[in-house]
Amino acid sequence: MAEPATRHDIYEELHESADFRDLRKRYRSFAIPWTITFFVWYMLYVVCSNWATGFMSTDIVGNINVALVFGLLQFVSTFVIAWLYSRHANRELDPIAARLDAAYEKEVGR
Amino acid sequence: MNARVYLAETSHEGLTATLFILVVLVTVGITFWASRQNQSAADYYAGGRSFTGPQNGLAVAGDYMSAASFLGISGAIALSGYDGFLYSIGFLVAWLVALLLIAELLRNSGRYTMADQLAYRMRQTPVRTAAAISTVVVSIFYLLAQMVGAGVLVTLLLGVTDESAKNLVIAAVGLLMVFYVTVGGMKGTTWVQIVKAVLLMAGTILITFLVLLHFNFNISDMLGAAVDKTGKPNFLDPGLKYGVSTTSKIDFLSLGIALVLGTAGLPHILIRFYTVPTSKTARGSVLWAIGLIGAFYLMTLVLGFGAAALLDTTSADSQVLASTGNLASPLLAEEVGGGAGSLGGAVLLAVIAAVAFATILAVVAGLTLTSASSVAHDLYANVIKKGTASEKEEVNVARVAAFVIGLVAILLAIPAKSLNIAFLVALAFAVAASANLPSLIYNLFWKRFNTRGAVWSIYGGLISSVGLVFFSPIVSGKGLDPTGKNLSLFPEGVDFSWFPLENPGIVSIPIGFLLGYLGTVTSKDTESQARFNELEVRALTGAGSEKVIRQ
Repeated sequence: MAEPATRHDIYEELHESADFRDLRKRYRSFAIPWTITFFVWYMLYVVCSNWATGFMSTDIVGNINVALVFGLLQFVSTFVIAWLYSRHANRELDPIAARLDAAYEKEVGR
Repeated sequence: MNARVYLAETSHEGLTATLFILVVLVTVGITFWASRQNQSAADYYAGGRSFTGPQNGLAVAGDYMSAASFLGISGAIALSGYDGFLYSIGFLVAWLVALLLIAELLRNSGRYTMADQLAYRMRQTPVRTAAAISTVVVSIFYLLAQMVGAGVLVTLLLGVTDESAKNLVIAAVGLLMVFYVTVGGMKGTTWVQIVKAVLLMAGTILITFLVLLHFNFNISDMLGAAVDKTGKPNFLDPGLKYGVSTTSKIDFLSLGIALVLGTAGLPHILIRFYTVPTSKTARGSVLWAIGLIGAFYLMTLVLGFGAAALLDTTSADSQVLASTGNLASPLLAEEVGGGAGSLGGAVLLAVIAAVAFATILAVVAGLTLTSASSVAHDLYANVIKKGTASEKEEVNVARVAAFVIGLVAILLAIPAKSLNIAFLVALAFAVAASANLPSLIYNLFWKRFNTRGAVWSIYGGLISSVGLVFFSPIVSGKGLDPTGKNLSLFPEGVDFSWFPLENPGIVSIPIGFLLGYLGTVTSKDTESQARFNELEVRALTGAGSEKVIRQ
């Protein structure tokens, strides 16, 4: 090689690699559907609080009603989605990202 | 704020004042300690990028759990029952936007400010100017709400009613925050935030435990007691506050959307992701923050319903009512500590008051640092000096900017202290969701997005959200409440409002996204596409991202 590659060229090269396409697909196929899911689930809660007050006010056990349980389920779903993403990222994304980062460092250092 | 508000005449003021001084001494000490390690611009702006995930998670949670959360949400639950809880849910769910779409990608592609990420592939001057203006506007709104809150709270808790003493408190808080930011930089501010978050969690756990103990850990009994004590049969159902009319329901929907989309566009939260070494630690910080904030909001639920069950929140003499809920947590602490006049009550009240004070100091420092960073890094170094300023000059400008912003905040907060400005926090979220989030998302996920799209989206979101609030009942024409208190910012009788909602998000967020789209497709500019692939690789892999500074 006569000319050392510029940083921009290295990025372009990595962008075309199968590894990167795979990484992007794995990231998006998790992040986008789950974003839509929690947003719809949250909006359902907001809409029910506004327009389904009869249903929301139904008591389940003692003074604990549907509204309180629905609200607490929003906490549960947030914790669960965060945990699922963390697991997905650790297993499915980080190893590929680390490989690509290493390839970049190697090219830049050359 | 209200002469009827006073606290029990027992000796808690002396103890409270002592604890306040202790908080100030500890935080000043941390700041001096941190200042010895501040050398480069990355130290000043990003704490050397050397914080761990749990540390930054605590600091993020600390930045987020402002006095508005700590005192405001429990107070809202104590007064409006279930409707107060709705805030906590929006505030928490919002973190998934930050986790899934923003935190890691931003950490990999930016350096010090929110604008860095846009400037990666756009024309520097227009996008940095727009992003800096939006950053400063959001931060000043948030800052004013905190400082006015500080003035009210500190004077109430110390039993000071004199106007000039309130001004003195506001000025003292302002000068302290300028000190933290100019001397301690991001490292000092982050440590202050961590200490505060630990204090806040510990204080909240203690009071929650005592409240639950009072009801033998039977939540249902506590809820029942809240209904009985307040005499409001609908206290546990949604709609007590927002269900009164169709307008108020749409207003609540609008608030709900702004809360969930605003968090990931708040500049003082975004720049926290630059204080960690890698995108993996940025993810770790968000996970820690979600855990801490979630636990905290679950506890405020107990505090709020506990306050409704144990304190007087309805009569004409109610201190909770007179403070619009802000004193619910401190007074609940006094009650579960043994009641007014008891030693235990005085101690717990003083402790919770000191925690609230530490909260305000830490949050205002974070906000000032954010604005100062954006002025110095975006406006001075990149727009005015076109990247020719030395690091040292840039950091010096940041220090001067912090001083000026502090001064402006003090001068604005003093006249604003008699106004009802609680809406400013919700407005900050609406502006963040309308002006900042659309361009961040487009920039990361849409190749064609360009400079005009970014600029239109930021200014469009900013002007529409602030403009709609200006023409809403918050500013004029809401009239008087039954006790004769003016509910609008402008004097009663002045009415130029035409926008019916108090929360602009439902209109201004779509405007932000739509203008980002229209600006992009009407421009022939393709320059911004040249570095999109580069941004994408960098954002997802961290290749070439800013590294940790070792000393």
